[in-house]
Amino acid sequence: MVAPSLKLQDLIEEIRGAKTQAQEREVIQKECAHIRASFRDGDPVHRHRQLAKLLYVHMLGYPAHFGQMECLKLIASSRFTDKRVGYLGAMLLLDERHDAHLLITNSIKNDLSQGIQPVQGLALCTLSTMGSAEMCRDLAPEVEKLLLQPSPYLRKKAILTAVHMIRKVPELSSVFLPPCVHLLHERHHGILLGTITLITELCERSPAALKHFRKVVPQLVQILRTLVTTGYSTEHSISGVSDPFLQVQILRLLRILGRNHEESSETMNDLLAQVATNTDTSRNAGNAVLFETVLTIMDIHSAAGLRVLAVNILGRFLLNSDRNIRYVALTSLLRLVQSDHSAVQRHRPTVVDCLQETDASLSRRALELSLALVNSSNVRAMMQELQAFLESCPPDLRADCASGILLAAERFAPTKRWHIDTILHVLTTAGTHVRDDAVANLTQLIGGAQELHAYSVRRLYNALAEDISQQPLVQVAAWCIGEYGDLLLEGNCEEIEPLQVDEEEVLALLEKVLQSHMSLPATRGYALTALMKLSTRLQGDNNRIRQVVSIYRSCLDVELQQRAVEYDTLFQKYDHMRAAILEKMPLVERDGPQADEEAKQSKEAAQLSEAAPAPTESQASQLLDLLDLLDRASGDAQHPPPLDPSPGGALVYLLDLPCAPPPPAPIPDLKVFEREGVQLNLSFIRPPENPALLLITITATNSSEGDVTNFICQAAVPKSLQLQLQAPSGNTVPARGGLPITQLFRILNPNKAPLRLKLRLTYNHFHQSVQEIFEVNNLPVESWQ
Amino acid sequence: MIKFFLMVNKQGQTRLSKYYEHVDINKRTLLETEVIKSCLSRSNEQCSFIEYKDFKLIYRQYAALFIVVGVNDTENEMAIYEFIHNFVEVLDEYFSRVSELDVSFFNTVFHGTWQAHSSPYQESIDEPPKICSALEPQQACFSPDSSFKGAASTTPIY
Repeated sequence: MVAPSLKLQDLIEEIRGAKTQAQEREVIQKECAHIRASFRDGDPVHRHRQLAKLLYVHMLGYPAHFGQMECLKLIASSRFTDKRVGYLGAMLLLDERHDAHLLITNSIKNDLSQGIQPVQGLALCTLSTMGSAEMCRDLAPEVEKLLLQPSPYLRKKAILTAVHMIRKVPELSSVFLPPCVHLLHERHHGILLGTITLITELCERSPAALKHFRKVVPQLVQILRTLVTTGYSTEHSISGVSDPFLQVQILRLLRILGRNHEESSETMNDLLAQVATNTDTSRNAGNAVLFETVLTIMDIHSAAGLRVLAVNILGRFLLNSDRNIRYVALTSLLRLVQSDHSAVQRHRPTVVDCLQETDASLSRRALELSLALVNSSNVRAMMQELQAFLESCPPDLRADCASGILLAAERFAPTKRWHIDTILHVLTTAGTHVRDDAVANLTQLIGGAQELHAYSVRRLYNALAEDISQQPLVQVAAWCIGEYGDLLLEGNCEEIEPLQVDEEEVLALLEKVLQSHMSLPATRGYALTALMKLSTRLQGDNNRIRQVVSIYRSCLDVELQQRAVEYDTLFQKYDHMRAAILEKMPLVERDGPQADEEAKQSKEAAQLSEAAPAPTESQASQLLDLLDLLDRASGDAQHPPPLDPSPGGALVYLLDLPCAPPPPAPIPDLKVFEREGVQLNLSFIRPPENPALLLITITATNSSEGDVTNFICQAAVPKSLQLQLQAPSGNTVPARGGLPITQLFRILNPNKAPLRLKLRLTYNHFHQSVQEIFEVNNLPVESWQ
Repeated sequence: MIKFFLMVNKQGQTRLSKYYEHVDINKRTLLETEVIKSCLSRSNEQCSFIEYKDFKLIYRQYAALFIVVGVNDTENEMAIYEFIHNFVEVLDEYFSRVSELDVSFFNTVFHGTWQAHSSPYQESIDEPPKICSALEPQQACFSPDSSFKGAASTTPIY
């Protein structure tokens, strides 16, 4: 026993009365249960009511698939009420994916041939909404018959059904093509509109139809002309424009017919000009027609004057106060900018003004258009505007804006300095939104602009000092400070105000970057490397740097840890090579960082391989080394076994760093001088690629209580040898094991003459000036043989 | 081509919806909420065309009701904008000062009107009175209010 069912009205009232979602769900579920029961019982009288309720519930988002069969039953019934709801249900619930839909075909067929207009209308509507390909094929003849009926109501619907059929089954175009030309002669606007839609569909789908319908262009032109020139007609006028929808549709068809076809385009030219000038643009309807006209002019082979007219119309739209119109104008100008660049340039100021819009859609379009309008003559002004926009624009546009500015700067930069400035500005304002390769590009750019090194490093330092949160900026700044730190400390640079920068400040800043939680691991890597490079560029002692580096030896990030350990080893064991390794980088190829890596890797590989020939000189000591991995005295610990000189051998030594450059020289260090805690050590390197060359690094250390100042070391060798002294790392050795001074000697010994070396030292120690001259004996034989 | 047509009120309740491409039923509610959110977040000064995924949305607000039409790229937005207004004018004629309540209660009537107004393709355009008069005989049979029966008038109400 089923409770008396609710009317649709009552159900809606109940649903509206529900205060919460849960309540609403309850009501609906209860009602659905009723509906299901009623369907099961097969009550024919109230079926349409139940289905109507079901459709309402379906619209709210609840499942309603159990009503599908009921739709069929209702359609088959003879009452109009039933049919109405049944067809509506079919439109909403059935579609191609359900097999049930084919069952309606027969009902539709019957209804179509019945001759009762409302019923036929319903059937056509349903067919045009959810007709599948099979249904369309079956019912095409019926629809075609209805196309020729006298009643405009039915013909309109039949035409629209034909449109749908063409979409689903393009082969049916042969069926529907013949009536079209005939239908164009109708006066009824509904039929005309439908016909034009049908022709549009046909032309879009088949080139043969396109050719066929080019013949009707004059007729279309005539229809449109009549529409435009007739005065006000109550029947079809919408805010002063007579049937704008039909006009728009005709214009669209003309566009399709005139594309790539000279003759048709010519026929249309006058008409388009007429429409463009005569349409009243005070209301939206007129503007809609005008917009379609502009689109058509752009697409066909129109006369030059006509195109200029189109661009001017769009320019006028841009000045309109209605935002909708400005939006469509910007969109169309974007399409035009490729083909008519100069015409659009004239409207550049207006476009740039649109950047200030608060509306997101508008500003996005304006941004795209502005970026497209940048060329070499207006680049400076445009960049200024765009940069101002970047500062104030909403976040979702920032990335596009930033990359657009960078691209445009790359293409049209008038000077390098301007280019660097622009990129710098973008990095400071929108650093987090730039693309990853911006960093690489900027470093490459700065590296290439020699004269701007001082300027760039200074500006980057200032920017970094203010804000260390923008990662790309921090990376570039760290790189520059590392490379050109000496220029930064020099203090004078013509291009910007002189700034006194202290060494300590620079180091403190880099440390801050290292420690900041905002820094990405990559940024930290940059900062650490920069610190290392500064150890050779700065005059002061390297204690602070060494401290920082040694802290990071135990960092959790593997990459940082590896770097820190390598750098620390550089300080401790290979101090003599530090200057050479940390020299200024040469300008890299366009593929910047990759070439970098390769250069580094090849350098390391060369060093690994030069280890191989060196061992021939001290086989005995090597055998001992193989057993004693921690032997540091000879510095041979990293030697790969002589039979396996490839880098793979280095991996055997787990305690060693696989990438650290192993010392090629087996020649032991020599202590040559000692006085009151001041010690002088010599270490020797014979690079294998140049057997005549000997590199000696002298290291002066101070373990006493007093500083050593004004330390100068000079050397002399026999005449057959050539000596070259390089600049020392400093001339002060602080007390108690302070940072030692290192100096590199290069000795060329092509004749392998015996090496003799005389040294002269002068320095101040304990407020006394000391001068020492002595010859170095016990020079190892390997240093000159 | 029109992809869908929605009438949603400010609270996000859908009063009328019609989809011309198949969209899963659970996706529909999601779509509707997102659409109404983007429409609600716009102020009066902003333009009526929004880009949403691969549709363009054209919306118009009438009191507390938003009428949103989703179209693909080939449509003339301003023509659709005009069209929405035309549709509302038809409804106004038929219901004599239509309101949201009418939309809620005469939901199926609206379907019919929309159907007559615009089949799958954006179409239409007979002037409002003629449409109304054509509608009445059909709607009469199925509006629950029986006083309409037999009141099939064919003269323009203009």
